[in-house]
This record gives sequence, structure tokens and C-alpha cells, in this order.
Amino acid sequence: MKLVLDDDQQLLAKTAAELVSRDDALKRLRRLRDEKNENGYSKEVYAKMAELGWTAIPFSTDQGGAGLGVAEMAVVLEALGRALTPEPLLSSVMLGGRSLALGRFSESSWLDGVIDGSKRVCLAYQEPGSRFDAHHVETSAEKTTNGYRITGEKVHVLDGSGADAYIVSARSSGDTAAAAGIDLFVVPTRVGGVEVAVQRRVDARNAAILRLERVELPATARLGASGEGAALLDSVIDGATAALCAEMLGSMSEAFDRTVEYMKERVQFGVPIGSFQALKHRAARVFVEIELARSAVMAAARALDAGDDRARALVSVAKAKCSEAFLLTANEAVQIHGGIGMTDEHDIGFFLKRARGAEMTFGDAAFHRQRFAALSGY
Amino acid sequence: MSDLESFRAETRSWLEKNAPSELRQKATDPDAIVWGGRRPTYVYPQSKRWLDVMRERGWTAPTWPKEYGGGGLSKVEAKVLAEEIFRLEMPPPLYGFGLQMIGPTLLQYGTEEQRTEHIPRIVRGEIRWCQGYSEPNAGSDLASLQTRAVRDGDHFVVNGQKVWTSYGNFSDWMFLLVRTDPDVKKQSGITFILLDLETEGVSVKPIKLISGASPFCETFFQDVRISVENVVSEINAGWTVAKALLGHERSMIGSVFGAGRRAKKRTDVLVETARRTLGEREGRIQDDVQRDRVAELLIDQACFELTVQRSHDGAKAGQKPGPESSIFKVYGTELNQRRHEAMQSMRGPSAVGWEGPGFSEEDLQQTRDWLRSRGNTIEGGTSEVQLNIIAKRVLGLPD
Repeated sequence: MKLVLDDDQQLLAKTAAELVSRDDALKRLRRLRDEKNENGYSKEVYAKMAELGWTAIPFSTDQGGAGLGVAEMAVVLEALGRALTPEPLLSSVMLGGRSLALGRFSESSWLDGVIDGSKRVCLAYQEPGSRFDAHHVETSAEKTTNGYRITGEKVHVLDGSGADAYIVSARSSGDTAAAAGIDLFVVPTRVGGVEVAVQRRVDARNAAILRLERVELPATARLGASGEGAALLDSVIDGATAALCAEMLGSMSEAFDRTVEYMKERVQFGVPIGSFQALKHRAARVFVEIELARSAVMAAARALDAGDDRARALVSVAKAKCSEAFLLTANEAVQIHGGIGMTDEHDIGFFLKRARGAEMTFGDAAFHRQRFAALSGY
Repeated sequence: MSDLESFRAETRSWLEKNAPSELRQKATDPDAIVWGGRRPTYVYPQSKRWLDVMRERGWTAPTWPKEYGGGGLSKVEAKVLAEEIFRLEMPPPLYGFGLQMIGPTLLQYGTEEQRTEHIPRIVRGEIRWCQGYSEPNAGSDLASLQTRAVRDGDHFVVNGQKVWTSYGNFSDWMFLLVRTDPDVKKQSGITFILLDLETEGVSVKPIKLISGASPFCETFFQDVRISVENVVSEINAGWTVAKALLGHERSMIGSVFGAGRRAKKRTDVLVETARRTLGEREGRIQDDVQRDRVAELLIDQACFELTVQRSHDGAKAGQKPGPESSIFKVYGTELNQRRHEAMQSMRGPSAVGWEGPGFSEEDLQQTRDWLRSRGNTIEGGTSEVQLNIIAKRVLGLPD
């Protein structure tokens, strides 16, 4: 495992950075938020991303993908994170698409749609009582003559508003928090008994509540073999977590750069505030945390791609570190910006809100410390 | 077989034959460290033989030129040698400021005479070196040093005092910074000079630390005469030499707390201490608060090691040293302190042992190690100085 970007990855980073610099995503995010747009992203921009091949990155060439990995997805998402870009690349590709791919779903048109960007598939796994435990599943999957009948409620479905289908975790047996007895099902939005309600988040990202009332599915709607659901879910969420960490890395880097610039420009007591040692040391400490986060993100992505034994533990290292580093950066950014940082008019507040939103996605730092300890055998 | 493969094969069989069995698996044993010098000591008797066989080949300094007694190996060969030594888990045959600090500096800045005189003796471990930088009134502000050197014919006459001389009482020669011009900008009047500590007028006194140990000394100079031939680089150009050498020191200190097998051992010690002092339930640390703290520390440790690796991987890929290398000293040392804090906290009342009955050897050592760790963020450039460097050089913040 080499913690450097190879030539292709550097080129990809450059392309992504160029797109981000041409496109003022933060302005778009603000506008979409203010007009209470239900999808929270631009379909045109997402189509452009698909055209660049980003929606194909982590899928094998057999499946019509680019045959690349999480490391490449991380490169793109880091660039998108710089501008808090709200397009649903992570949810549709790393959650929906990868569930379909790893679960060897028989109807290939869904994965094809994810890969060419014409369809959006979301993962609906969280429930009101599950907090960060993906194995806490109350939604039931009752066997019928022809297939399954699903009933339950899913919350915090990332980019869940306006999706074409959902991957839903449901339980056919076992206790509420048991890994055994969980299966994943593909539920198209148009089938009877599916109801979607928009959730409004602090970071203005698209999220939804999914209510399933006696939804009838054919047996072929199940992903993978029966009983494979929990393992499948874990793999998919691990990949998405590493990708999210890369996005967080981009966002914290940007918030930090903006803050350092501000420290050079803002004059008080006749000098730039960046000349005060009290602030210099705080900025230097934030810098240290971001450098550590970068190493962890690169390692987690590469370990997943290599099928390394330490991959899961490294994903927890990355998410624990990124959650805290991003919050630290954002808190310091607002503090150093002073009063203007508290206004909605200034963009820096968006980074603070995103820091909270990203922290609470796929487990916060405390959750991942627990998981890291368990995976490390203590 | 390629040249490198045959080099590996030869090296392996030579090591199998010559690496003393007593020292195998002792790569991280502090007692296996050999400092050399005029009065060498060996905790393990076979350490002497290990030094003898290795220095005959110049393999105490594998990449240094053969003409000065070094191994003359290329970087890739030296890496193969290191891997083969690692395979047997042998300790390094020789360690110290000669190999780590003054040797590289003399190879870069020294005269031919200085190299011929000093480098072979460093390679052979015959002279133990110490560093004379800090003074009572020149700590973080090192350039304000006052030890005065006045020219008298072909000699300098030196008066003054150095402090925090690591192992000064066991050393034979010192490289030191002296003030040769008091009337210019402070950095421009400093000279880097070499001194035999047996010279008349030199006295060395150990300093007792809060940990009870005395790894550092004060060194006093009273009318000490040093030949101008011992000046490294130009007179009044010592600051440039000093900075180059400080770079070696900082990366050395950072890496000591960083990656590799030492880090693995530290991880095990932390987890074992937690299990032993707090109890376990099915292998899991029983106290959830302390378990969380252990996980937090080890996650930070992992991030630090990965950053060291990222820096190395970048260098191997031909990239210039990135900004990440500036974090090693400050983060590595603070991490070590946090580890000691956590272990003291886990030990509870046993953490207060100083000596005598009622405390295990390990407890007593831990107390002293904790106290010693407080110095990590002071020596070799305080954390505050490191943060200033990051703010200025990396972030470009104004003065």
C-alpha cells in the first residue's frame, strides 16, 4: 500500500478540481436551500459528472464500469467536498450502485442506470431507533408465496428525495439488533405502499423518510443470498464511509484555507490578526489534524481496494479522525472569522453545518472508536 | 541473479554467520544500544563482537564513503542490509550523535582534514560525540547564545557555559556553537566548532531531572583553547551548519516516537496495561471510559504512523518533502505524553511509586518514564517553536 497519488489519480484530481472551480456549488447549495428545493442538487451538474465517467468509477468493466476503486472515488469526492458540492454521487454510486453490484442484482438495468447517471438508487438502512447500528433493523420482510412483503420506516435516507429506487434493509428473522436474519431488497419508488417524505437537514443536504406499508416484492428483489444482508450492508457502508471521509477532507481543507486567508487580510489593532501568536498556534494545530486526516483517508481507501485485513479498522480510524478534525476546523473557522462568521450571509457557516451533518453520517467519532477497539481485539 | 539479489544473498549468509545469537530478537531492547567512545560499555558482552564485525565492513555507517571507513553502499543496498538486519531482529551495532548528527554534517561541510580525522573514528565507534547548543539564556531563542570565542593567533579562547548536553559526562568530543562576533545580527556572529572534551578548562556536571535520572549535563568552559582548524565551514557561518544539523535532530526525535516496531510495542504495552489494571471481560477492556481513551490514542497513533509512511512514500516517488513532515516533532512528542498520561491514569494509586517496597519495578519505571516524557515537547525545539514554524513556513502567516 503506497500512500501517494499515481499519475492517473493526479490527473483525475486535476479534472475534478477544474470542474469544481468553474462551478460555484456553494452558491447553488445556498439557492437550493433558500428555495426549499426537494432534491437539493442540480440534475444538469449531475449529468455532467456522469458524462465525465465519475458515476462509473468503482464498478468493474464487466458491469460497464471504469474498473477503478475507492481510492479514485476519494480523489473526486475530495475535490467536490472543497465546494460542498451537493450532487448525489456518493449516495447513488457508493451506496445504491455498490449494493446492486456486490449483491449481484439480476435486473442489470438498475446498475446500468446508476453507472450512466440516468437513475438514482439510494440506500435506506437507518431507522428511528437504530442510531448508528446498521444491524438494528425493525422493518420486517415477511415471506409470501411469490416473494416478500415489507413493512417499516426508514429515516435519514441520503439523497432519498427524488430517487428512482431504494435498497431497503429488512428482517425476516432474529432479534432487532442481530446480524442474522437481515436481507437487502430493491424497492422501486413507483411500487404500491411506498411513501417518501422530505427531511430538512442542517447542512441542506437531501434526505428523506421512507415509509413502507405492506410493500409486495418478487423473490428476485432480494440482493445476494438469503442471510447475506448484514455482511453486504457492512461492505457497502465501509466503502461509502471511506468515500465520505474524502469528501470531509476536501471540505475541511477548504474551510481551513479560507480561514488562513482571512487571518492574512483581516486587520485589527493595526495588524493582520494572523500575526497574533494565539491564533497562529491554533491554526497550526488545525493544520496538523488535517494532515493526519489526509493520511488516514488515503490508507482506508487503499486498504479497501486491496482487500487488506486492516481495511475495516482503517475505515474507523479515518471516520473517527475526519469527524473530529472537520468539526475542529469548522469551529475554529467560525471563531477566527469572528462576528461575520456567525452570519448566514457569509459562507463559512455552511462548512460548520456540513461538519455536523457528515459527522452524524455512518457513525460519529465515538462510534468508530468503539468499533476500532472491538476490531482490534480489546 | 541480479546484483542486488546476490548482494542480499551474500549479506544474509554473512549475517547468519556473524550476527551474535545472544542479540537476536533484541532490536528494540534499550540495553542493546551501543554508544561506543573512549570508555565503551556493553550490557550484553556480545555487543562488542557485533560492533567489531560490522565496523570492519563499514556497516555501522553503510552509505558513507569507503575512503572514510564507511560501507560505500548505495541507498538500495543499504536498504537491503537494513532489511536483512531487521529479519534477524538485531539491534543496530552502534548508535549516537556521531553517526546521526555530526558525521553527516562533516561529510557535507567539513574540510578534508576534518573528515579524515573524525569520520573513520565515528564509523568505528571510537569517539562518542555530544552537542553543545543550548545555554542557560539561549533555549528556544538559540541564536542569542553567549559562549564567547576570542581569536588568539591560530586558536580561539572559549569562555562560557552550555546546558542540556546529552550524555556529556560519557562523551569524548563536542560540536558546539560559539559567539565569534558580538557586534552583528545574532545569527551572523556564530561559529560551529569541534572540541576534544579532554582539553584543559572543560568541566562537565550532570543535571538531575524530575525523573531522578541524569541524561543531560552542564558543560563549563574556562579559557579553553581550540585550534581554528576545528572550525566547521567558515568563521561566523555556524548558524547555517547548525540549522542543517537541527533538521537531523528533529526528524530523529520525531521518528523515535513514530512508526515501526517501537510503535507496535507501545501499542501492546498500552492495551496490556489497560487489561491488567482495569480488568477485562471476554478480552475487552472493562472500563468503557478508559477503553475509549485507549482507542482514541491508538487511532491517533495510527494516523501519525500513516503520515510518516505518506512522507516516506512521497519521497520514494520523487516528491519534495511535503508540509506533512513539519508535524512530526510536535505531534509525535505530544502523543507520547498522552500515552504516559493514560497509563498513569490506568495505574491509579500505583502511579505514585518512587522507590522501595509496595511498587513493582514496572510501576516505578512507568512513573519515571512519565516524568521524562514531559521533556519531549521542550527538547529539540519546543512545541511552541514548532507551531511557529508551521504558521510561518507552511501557512505563510505574517510576523
